Amino acid sequence: MKLSLTVNETAHELEVAPNALLVEIIRGDLGLTGTHVGCDTSQCGACTVEMDGRAVKSCTVLAGQAQDARVTTIEGLGAPGNLHPMQTAFQAHHALQCGFCTPGMIISAIDLVKRADGRLDEAAVREGLAGNLCRCTGYHNIVEAVLAAAGQM
Amino acid sequence: MSDQGIGQRVKRREDVRFITGKGRYTDDINLPGQAYAVFVRSPHPRARIKTIDASAARKAPGVVGVFTGKDLAADGIGALPCGWLVKSKDGSDMKVPPRPPLAIETVNFVGEPYAVVIAETLGQARAAAALVETDFEELEPVVSLAEATAGPQIHEGIEANRCYDWELGDQAAVDAAFAKAAHVTKLEFANNRLIPNAIEPRAAVATYSAPTEEFTLYTTSQNPHLERLILAAFVNLAPEHKLRVISPDVGGGFGSKIFVYPEETAAAWAARRTNRPVKWTADRSEAFLSDAHGRDHLTTAELALDAAGTFLAMRVRTRANLGAYLSTFASSVPTYLYGTLLAGQYRTPAIHVEVEAVFTNTAPVDAYRGAGRPEATYVVERLVETAARETGVDPAELRRRNFIQPDQFPYETPVALVYDTGDYQASLEKALKQIDYAGFPARRKVSEAAGKRRGLGFSCYIEACGLAPSQLAIQLGAGVGLYESGEVRVNPTGSVTVFTGSHSHGQGHETTFAQIVSDKLGVPFESVEVVHGDTGRLEFGLGTYGSRSVAVGGSALIKASDKIIAKGKRIAAHMLESAPDDVDFDEGVFAVRKTNKSLTFGEVAFAAYVPANFPEDLEPGLSEKSFYDPKNFTFPAGCHIAEVEVDPETGVVVLVRFVAVDDFGEVINPMIVEGQVHGGIAQGVGQALLEHGIYDESGQLVTGSFMDYCMPRADDLPSFEVDTTVTPCTHNPLGVKGCGEAGAIGAPAAVMNAVTDALRVKDLAMPASPERVWRALQAA
Ligand code: FES
Ligand code: FES
Repeated sequence: MKLSLTVNETAHELEVAPNALLVEIIRGDLGLTGTHVGCDTSQCGACTVEMDGRAVKSCTVLAGQAQDARVTTIEGLGAPGNLHPMQTAFQAHHALQCGFCTPGMIISAIDLVKRADGRLDEAAVREGLAGNLCRCTGYHNIVEAVLAAAGQM
Repeated sequence: MSDQGIGQRVKRREDVRFITGKGRYTDDINLPGQAYAVFVRSPHPRARIKTIDASAARKAPGVVGVFTGKDLAADGIGALPCGWLVKSKDGSDMKVPPRPPLAIETVNFVGEPYAVVIAETLGQARAAAALVETDFEELEPVVSLAEATAGPQIHEGIEANRCYDWELGDQAAVDAAFAKAAHVTKLEFANNRLIPNAIEPRAAVATYSAPTEEFTLYTTSQNPHLERLILAAFVNLAPEHKLRVISPDVGGGFGSKIFVYPEETAAAWAARRTNRPVKWTADRSEAFLSDAHGRDHLTTAELALDAAGTFLAMRVRTRANLGAYLSTFASSVPTYLYGTLLAGQYRTPAIHVEVEAVFTNTAPVDAYRGAGRPEATYVVERLVETAARETGVDPAELRRRNFIQPDQFPYETPVALVYDTGDYQASLEKALKQIDYAGFPARRKVSEAAGKRRGLGFSCYIEACGLAPSQLAIQLGAGVGLYESGEVRVNPTGSVTVFTGSHSHGQGHETTFAQIVSDKLGVPFESVEVVHGDTGRLEFGLGTYGSRSVAVGGSALIKASDKIIAKGKRIAAHMLESAPDDVDFDEGVFAVRKTNKSLTFGEVAFAAYVPANFPEDLEPGLSEKSFYDPKNFTFPAGCHIAEVEVDPETGVVVLVRFVAVDDFGEVINPMIVEGQVHGGIAQGVGQALLEHGIYDESGQLVTGSFMDYCMPRADDLPSFEVDTTVTPCTHNPLGVKGCGEAGAIGAPAAVMNAVTDALRVKDLAMPASPERVWRALQAA
């Protein structure tokens, strides 16, 4: 099928299989390998991207559902010298170790902060990030980073 | 001192690529013309392969080839070896069943690969794999660890499925001490099977160049040189100099990526066979089935005390599950990394441990974060806490009475280790203060008033890291040395490229090691680059496991830097017309003592490469290597305290607080060290409260996805309170001990001591799930 979508402000017209997953399109067709795959049961959140203003697990989105969508992946968030406050906070608070969960975690965290409307505490961050697995950090520093970034967004 | 030197909270430079999506993990690598591998795996825990009919699969669209174990064997590919030979009590060698990368005659666990399909696309490979028709003769599996020795014989010639029956310590002395004990505490428990689950699944991309006969294998390895060594020397894939193994960014390992697995072996072989680059990435279901699992012990343990609460002796009997085959270091985990740690932090004078290691029709079990030491700590600290309760002594006080004292180091334990240094009471007192131990009864009352139960538990753990002097390890059966290599290459402009045989898969070596070398050589942090993870760029290395990287790998860099400084002094002395012995080196400047003559590090480096005015007896260049072989283990230790609240209505355990006070010796980057502790605690709490790898009676893995295997999530955990005490390691140049595993080692016992305290029960099996807790409360 033909798929038109905008990823990181760039419009794409692609020929994809109808059963292709958004994550496969992002990683494969578009070569944006910052979005990761950590499971096959939509439980880990490593594949999280922003689609039409919401964080979604891109392993659960079929190509057809992404028709005309605006998608932001970790690569579209900010580059060195021009980082998103959440990216900066993750580094400043040592909220990543191996980095594999990080892109999905950052996108989910931004979504959480946006949705919280200024009312975030530790418990809300922990609950809000429960869909993203991290095996390295024990979440302690991730929670710190999100709360710190929330004040700057 | 520079603000980016040793001891500073330097932000990690590797983060820049990870937070912008520019990491380069194995699955991110795509080679022109690559084909995809999908493995055909056994649905049975134990079966004879009668016939494999791949004709339909071979004809399927896009299929490049379908290969079985016989094809690999016919091409001379050998079995995957186990790298540590353990001997039984009677002196006989452990029994080693052959483990061909793809099963040939029998399959012995669900998920064992026995064929591989290579196709143009991943989808085509998957579709074709489903067409492989295999006729199995199902055999009765051995699943229960408790009954493993009585079950059918899994491997030819291995009686009672027993790999070895090992012992350590003085049995007669232990028996004598128990005979005169005033009190004996006895516990029987399991150490639950865990599935490591690094969030990046294992993967491999292999390519072969026929004209040069060279392989390049990108793979998710914690130790690429070891991978190369094993594939060359034992598996016979290629001569070592024709095999380049690259371990790019790796998304966590926790032990599970130390080992050489069937999949990358077969993928690399298939690249030669098909003359195509071949890519394989595990999906999570495959990871659950085929990554080496951890722990899985059954133990009976006893502690003998005199009337004053002094420990007299300890007796431990453990049956350890090895799974169906011996994974790369499986045999060492329940023996040299377990039995040797049973003295803990205490003066227990006599200890005897017996370990019977057995095969079952389950996935291989090998090192997982802590490897043997969490199991040992669980034995010691559950016994001590239970003894305190039984004898009515405060658990902190009972520990104080039995700690090895600071003036007793070096301290030789009855289980073959010599601890170099420590101050166990210092960690305990600091942790007590942090948790407000005195305030606990009041907190308990508050919980009880709300209808809850509250409990507090200790774990005063010790671990042996940075293993170990090579000669000793090899005497004890290790197949490799345990040194580490480091190279410091000073570039003509004075910047420095550091090569380390350690491997970072989250630990932050690119930052920590740059801090070490920048501090030592007085060059700016930004001018030091760290290279690791590529056999084509580094001479040799043994990789990262057992919290060894800074203690062993960092020490190698100190030694290499010392050589750089020594050569630099000779160059500077020549240029400044003085004697090398009169040249001091400090903060990046070579200066002739008692003169104002000096040269910067950069000037000396330039002179080394543009030797216009250079000592005749020196070679040009400024690049030095070192292989650092540790003189002993390092012995990180500490005190962890968990406080839990239990809802008796639901059985739900909430970890309210967790305090960790650890002695890691000197610390290079406190920020990174704290992060390591946090992550370890989360895994330890996971073992205690959530995680359990379960096979049902028929041998199927019932916890084969994140839906059934309960991983710790952000809302399962509190923020942690971590602190340190410092007794520097006495035998390495940095005074460091290692911090990577402490959390996973200390936490399970602390949490279970807290849970049993809350429930007022003697013991409860891990994980303390709501159901188990609720049942225990009903029974009490
Ligand atoms: S890959 Fe795990 S949730 Fe999408
Ligand atoms: S940083 Fe490794 S999984 Fe989160």
